[in-house]
Amino acid sequence: MRRIIAVLLENESGALSRVVGLFSQRAYNIESLTVSPTNDKTLSRMTITTDVVNHAELEQMMKQLHKLVDVLRVTELTQSAHVERELLLVKVRTVGSEAREEVKRTCDIYRGQIVDITQNLYTIQLTGVGSKLDAFVATISDASEIVEVVRSGVCGIARGDKALRG
Amino acid sequence: MEMLSGAEMVVRSLQDEGIEHIFGYPGGSVLDIYDAIFQSDKIEHYLVRHEQAAVHMADAYSRATGKVGCVLVTAGPGATNCITGIATAYMDSIPLVVLSGQVPTFWIGDDAFQETDMIGVSRPIVKHSFSCRTAEEIPMAIKKAFYIASTGRPGPVVIELPKDVQNPLNKFPYEYPENISLRSYNPTLSGHKGQIKRAVAALVNARKPVLYVGGGAIIANASKQVLELAEKLNLPVTNTLMGLGAFPGEHKQFIGMLGMHGTYEANNSMHNADLIFSCGARFDDRVTNNVDKFCPNAKIMHIDIDPTSISKNIHADLPIVGSVEVVLQQMLDLIEETQATNDSESINAWWDQINEWRAKDCLAYKTSDTHIKPQQVIQCLYKVTKGDAIVTSDVGQHQMVAAQYYPFKEPRQWINSGGAGTMGFGLPAAMGCKIAFPDRPVVCVTGDGSIQMNIQELSTCMQYNIPLVILLLNNRSLGMVKQWQKMFYGGRQSHSYMDSVPDFVKLSEAYNHIGIKVDKIEELEPALIRAFELKDRVVFIDVAIDPEEHVYPMQIKSGSMEDMYLSKTEKTDA
Repeated sequence: MRRIIAVLLENESGALSRVVGLFSQRAYNIESLTVSPTNDKTLSRMTITTDVVNHAELEQMMKQLHKLVDVLRVTELTQSAHVERELLLVKVRTVGSEAREEVKRTCDIYRGQIVDITQNLYTIQLTGVGSKLDAFVATISDASEIVEVVRSGVCGIARGDKALRG
Repeated sequence: MEMLSGAEMVVRSLQDEGIEHIFGYPGGSVLDIYDAIFQSDKIEHYLVRHEQAAVHMADAYSRATGKVGCVLVTAGPGATNCITGIATAYMDSIPLVVLSGQVPTFWIGDDAFQETDMIGVSRPIVKHSFSCRTAEEIPMAIKKAFYIASTGRPGPVVIELPKDVQNPLNKFPYEYPENISLRSYNPTLSGHKGQIKRAVAALVNARKPVLYVGGGAIIANASKQVLELAEKLNLPVTNTLMGLGAFPGEHKQFIGMLGMHGTYEANNSMHNADLIFSCGARFDDRVTNNVDKFCPNAKIMHIDIDPTSISKNIHADLPIVGSVEVVLQQMLDLIEETQATNDSESINAWWDQINEWRAKDCLAYKTSDTHIKPQQVIQCLYKVTKGDAIVTSDVGQHQMVAAQYYPFKEPRQWINSGGAGTMGFGLPAAMGCKIAFPDRPVVCVTGDGSIQMNIQELSTCMQYNIPLVILLLNNRSLGMVKQWQKMFYGGRQSHSYMDSVPDFVKLSEAYNHIGIKVDKIEELEPALIRAFELKDRVVFIDVAIDPEEHVYPMQIKSGSMEDMYLSKTEKTDA
């Protein structure tokens, strides 16, 4: 089962390594992990996507995260309404105006943006859920040669009134 | 405000925290702190011969007193030598603060001499850790470390102190924080009221209840509540290896230790129970045997201060997060208030059944004319010490025999490495206990494998005149390994011999201690009496025991709790 865990933790040195260490130590799976300070610079917000075998494993994982002294709040997002987004940056080789136009059209359809251009390279930015990014990468690879791909991993937030705050 | 250097702040903070004893070993990166200790008359420092022993001493000091143990070591190998000790404390939830030196901040990351990333190396086996990058951080880091180590589910905390941060030439205003609160760390102590109500109802309605009491009851100082609840409802009580002493070993409601080497009556009571009430025990694999066959008819009620322990191995039908002491008191108050009682008829019928299991007398053993049995040694120790000694042990057969045959009267009397199973724990542990309680008899029950893992500490005993009794159950082999090889590996004794055990009497004498060799059973009691009478010397009693003796009962692998070998020739019908 794919699950998304949101974690609010102290923005202190070592906090990230404790979380990552916990996952390897207890043989939990991490598919992606994103972390950054919040508007309150003393706190960091982390989004972890994981694959668990059952609910008991998820519950144990969340309790273990919460047990870390640096961690303030832990919540799971997929079990209620939520928004999840991932950022994709992809650099493609586009030789000839036909290819360039095809890339531009595909980009527009997916509501992506071209953020950098050289003579033969386009760099495209796209956000969305993972499956949309996968589809885009597959489509664009037909029209051009992919040179480099970078994905941010999932950022998630609950819909509605729910909030993860210090 | 008083101006102190980083090194002085370390020592003053420890003093202000009320630390009287510290265990350690100096080295380049902590020389400034050692210089400050030299000038302090409030902190007594014990110099060990290996840093692992310093951690075990501090750990056992904590287990015996309930206070936080404290260790000071240098960077690199000094710090890494502590790892086994820290892991031992972590597995048994023992509060420790380990201060380790580090290379100066401006060298960190450069692979400087004696640089090891202690924070990284220790990360999986600490409750938390701090690295002080300025002197001003030291008092708060120490305050937080002691608070985190000792509250909630206790555990070891490491503080790394780079050398430049300690610099005696740089002085800063010093103030030790009085209070502390951490927004991300607030352990729950009292139980949820609704759960308390449900727990009391389940307990009084149970017809075949078992109170399963672990080390958490000792850490929480909950023995009084355990006893009161057990007596009030006439409940059978079993203790885990870590819980021994939490309930009096000679009480008529005590059915013995449970688990891999638990009693026939304890394991059968668990298997047939309709309610298992775990108080600070974590359903360890050495208790449950095969979790799929675990106690098929029992409702599981579980108090634990650590939510991760609940439903980790065995699903809890009725979880209660909180301190065992507080939660049991809440339950007792509710029982008092509502005059709740259980059905004495069904409880009596349950006791009749338990007493039938008891009648099997699973700890009975055959004596021999030619060999001393390890069980006899422990029973004799119990007799001579009148059951009042603090007993530490190492790991192996002798540990199990001590757990089975010395009925501990009170908590903090039995000091052993249960979770980690650390050989070499016993001797430094006994030293830590003796330093905490100079007037109490302290004995280390050990084996010829284990004792040699930290035997260098006989030298520390000599330096500080720490008088103990070391009771070596010497079978010239790694007994527990050999037992498994005999039972499950076709008798192939791969590397479980100790063909070259030293002359322990001469070795003891080399350290200016007294050594006694016991080869015959009639020599045993006089030797023990003499050892405990010599109150100012270390006495090392080397007892030659039957090398072929096994520990029984022993659960049958992959079976349920009730499936046990009862002797070399007898097992329960599976």
